[in-house]
Amino acid sequence: MTDDALRATIALPHRLRHGGFVVGAAIVGFVIVTALVGPMLVPHDPFAQDLVNRLVPPMWTDGGSAGHVLGTDQVGRDYLARLVYGARISLLIGLSTVLVSGLIGTTLGVAGGFFGGRVDDVVTFVITCRLAVPLILVALAVVSLVGSSFLVVVVTLGLLLWERFAVVARATSSQIRNLDYVAAARAAGCSRGYILLREVLPNILNPLIVVATLEMALAILLEAALSFLGLGVPPPLPSWGLMIAEARDYMFFQAWVIVIPGLALLVFVLGINLLGDGLRDLLAPESRA
Amino acid sequence: MTPILTVERLRVEIPVKAGLLRPVRGIDLALSAGETHGLVGESGSGKSLTALGIMGLLPRRARRSAAQLRLGDLDLLPLGERAMEDVRGDRLAMIFQEPMTSLNPAFTIGAQLTETLRRHRRVSRREALERAAAMLARVGISSPRTRLAQYPHQLSGGLRQRAMIAMALLCEPRLLIADEPTTALDVTVQAQILRLLAELQRAMGLAILLITHDLSVVARVAQCVSVMYAGEIVETGAVADVFARPMHPYTRGLLSAVPVPGKVKRGEPLGTIAGVVPSLVGEIDGCAFRTRCPAAHDACVRPVPVRTAGAGRRYRCHLSPGATEAPP
Amino acid sequence: MLRFVIRRLVVAFLVALTVLSLSFALTRLAGDLAVAIAGPNATAADVDAVRLAYGLDRPVVAQFADWAVRAAQGDFGQSFFFKEKVATLIADRLPITGTLGLTGIVIALAVALPLGILAAVKQNTWIDRAATSIALFGQAMPTFWFGLILMIVFGLKLGWLPVSGTGSWQHYVMPGVVLAFTAIPALMRLTRTGMIEVLASDYIRTARAKGLRARTVVLRHALRNAAIPVVSIAAVQLGFMLGGSVVIEQVFALHGVGYLAWESISKNDYPVVQAVVLVLACIYVLLTLFADLLNAFLDPRLRTA
Repeated sequence: MTDDALRATIALPHRLRHGGFVVGAAIVGFVIVTALVGPMLVPHDPFAQDLVNRLVPPMWTDGGSAGHVLGTDQVGRDYLARLVYGARISLLIGLSTVLVSGLIGTTLGVAGGFFGGRVDDVVTFVITCRLAVPLILVALAVVSLVGSSFLVVVVTLGLLLWERFAVVARATSSQIRNLDYVAAARAAGCSRGYILLREVLPNILNPLIVVATLEMALAILLEAALSFLGLGVPPPLPSWGLMIAEARDYMFFQAWVIVIPGLALLVFVLGINLLGDGLRDLLAPESRA
Repeated sequence: MTPILTVERLRVEIPVKAGLLRPVRGIDLALSAGETHGLVGESGSGKSLTALGIMGLLPRRARRSAAQLRLGDLDLLPLGERAMEDVRGDRLAMIFQEPMTSLNPAFTIGAQLTETLRRHRRVSRREALERAAAMLARVGISSPRTRLAQYPHQLSGGLRQRAMIAMALLCEPRLLIADEPTTALDVTVQAQILRLLAELQRAMGLAILLITHDLSVVARVAQCVSVMYAGEIVETGAVADVFARPMHPYTRGLLSAVPVPGKVKRGEPLGTIAGVVPSLVGEIDGCAFRTRCPAAHDACVRPVPVRTAGAGRRYRCHLSPGATEAPP
Repeated sequence: MLRFVIRRLVVAFLVALTVLSLSFALTRLAGDLAVAIAGPNATAADVDAVRLAYGLDRPVVAQFADWAVRAAQGDFGQSFFFKEKVATLIADRLPITGTLGLTGIVIALAVALPLGILAAVKQNTWIDRAATSIALFGQAMPTFWFGLILMIVFGLKLGWLPVSGTGSWQHYVMPGVVLAFTAIPALMRLTRTGMIEVLASDYIRTARAKGLRARTVVLRHALRNAAIPVVSIAAVQLGFMLGGSVVIEQVFALHGVGYLAWESISKNDYPVVQAVVLVLACIYVLLTLFADLLNAFLDPRLRTA
């Protein structure tokens, strides 16, 4: 047996990854379900203020009440209701941003990788420029100048978060372009467009799905950061980032106001990352790093 | 005189998903000073793992066992990793097949050579460089001092292999294991390297265990040969004798596959051995070669005896010496 | 080698030019900038006055050319809010952001390298799993939240570290750690993968066959090769850190360049915003150039090619 063959048989799968995929899928599934039906199940309106019952702590601490499972925030809104509604926002932001950035990045990447030459030079240059630009600052500036709204946030992040899509699409499509059977297809008279559709696109789908999950996680974190700085999704929409910002004045007295939405973010993004890692092992193991 | 290398019933086992892989199933070897012993076999016969087993360089999951494993008077079996590290490079050296990738691209030739010397001997850096330069000259590398300052990628394949040999012999080991040292080289360079090894052996009284799949290499430089198949040594003896009168059907098959001018008539097909190597996972009943052997018969499923056919000549087969067909 | 450097410099220059134009275009997104500056309560006359005062009545191309030429000389104009030269403002704040960034990358490397090496050497053991888990959590952690949590634990509950300002080196510890965690996952994974690959290579086998001690093999032979991409990626990560420091600076009240940018954005102080974007982009470009040079320096195969 050759050394490599031997190593391959000895390298047992990393047990963590397998379990990770399941955990990730479970978390993401849970959040999706929460986002879809949660607001209907929780008895409170996330926007209804109740200044008499401000800053009620969670049910399991003293001072808490069963009426508000996770307590209330600084203007009396039920925390659980806001948290659940926030899941919807995070999910929507993540998905829509990835759609926009995925489209932009894939188009650029495939154009560069498949056509090569000058086109590729331009694409590489564009990617470099995008990487040079400080992401958060530009996003903040745009939202500040154009006005804060859900659409603005999605479009801005979408226009800024495409570089990983482009890099992966470019690498994969240039690999495919150099394969023998593509040359054979061209020699047989197939048009470039046909080759793009039949050969390139199906093969870049897998690695791009993996990138999509990771970029979605990033988009959610970025939106939270933007909302935290006051330039994200406009209040009173309960973005988790905004909830953390609002709670900042009270965090030294009531730590839970900060901990809960932050944990929600952490767990959700962790779930997406685990899912993405698991998908990568399933769909595109050669891109593992 | 004690043989330099004594190996008795060496086994290597590796747990894999499908079960227990047994690529080395009880190897016996004996080498004396000044002897080149060829270990011949096709890919997958377990020759490299035998070498790694002797060196103690097996992969982490592999398990080694042997009745005896001695380097001269030194018993290698009970040695822990740190003790083995002291032996390797000093009394026991190994060179590998791919000179392209077997040298660290980030360090100069000089650095890699002096490192070996300073690891095992108390020498100053300058002294180490002197000896390294001398060794490079001895292996036939011109302008050795310039070479010391160069990086591996700046040398050709042949030069790199020479440098590897120099590195292995710097501490004057008693045994050199050479795993396919010429396979990756051009034919002309192959001949040079083999000649170099023979020269150095004479001058230093080295024992060389030469691992190869190429019978012609063995014919050229080895005094003794052991033929390996599916983790076992099926035949062993003096080279001239084994090549002239092969006892084991596998050896016969190997030899008939090599075209020898004069022996093979034009238009005659070369010999082949039908079938494939059996799986090395789990146990094999009887002879591992029986699925491909032209002389296989009922007895072959049972444990195979080791037969002698003269001084130093041994083979594993149910057939008696000289027989080429199954008994009726 | 020289041609390589020159070509990279040309690209760097073009990138700078592009970012220059982008940052200019960025601030014009608000539509009529004069209206934005004048504020919501301004009358039409106020807006016209503003327009005249800031030269916004000239054609856009002229404004751009003016800005470009001045920027090349380091003159970024005057801040609306601070009544100071923008260049001075940036120069004052840059050391803070720089210190923060360097602290972050040093901590990141100090954690990621040993973890990655250990994870690779003890592959598939609990150490490996622990390291991978740390990387996973680091990737999922919202930086601002992490900063706040650290503040509560180390600032308030334990009282070990100050929670804001820039008085002493202790002020940089928590922000540095938070910043480091943005880079640790990637660097650790890179180190781990690189080491695993290198440890499986032929020259490591040769090194072991020479009888070198295990520690020498790992730390000298293996790391020397595996670290090459890690070091250059670290330079790039530093660039990202500097560009993304605004959140951490805001959380910990560090008055660096990021904080300046955030203040200016909230106050529509567009000369500052333009300039900061440009400066940070240029720093990033320089860092990537440095990373490439570092790469070439560390890998002899590239050096003598």
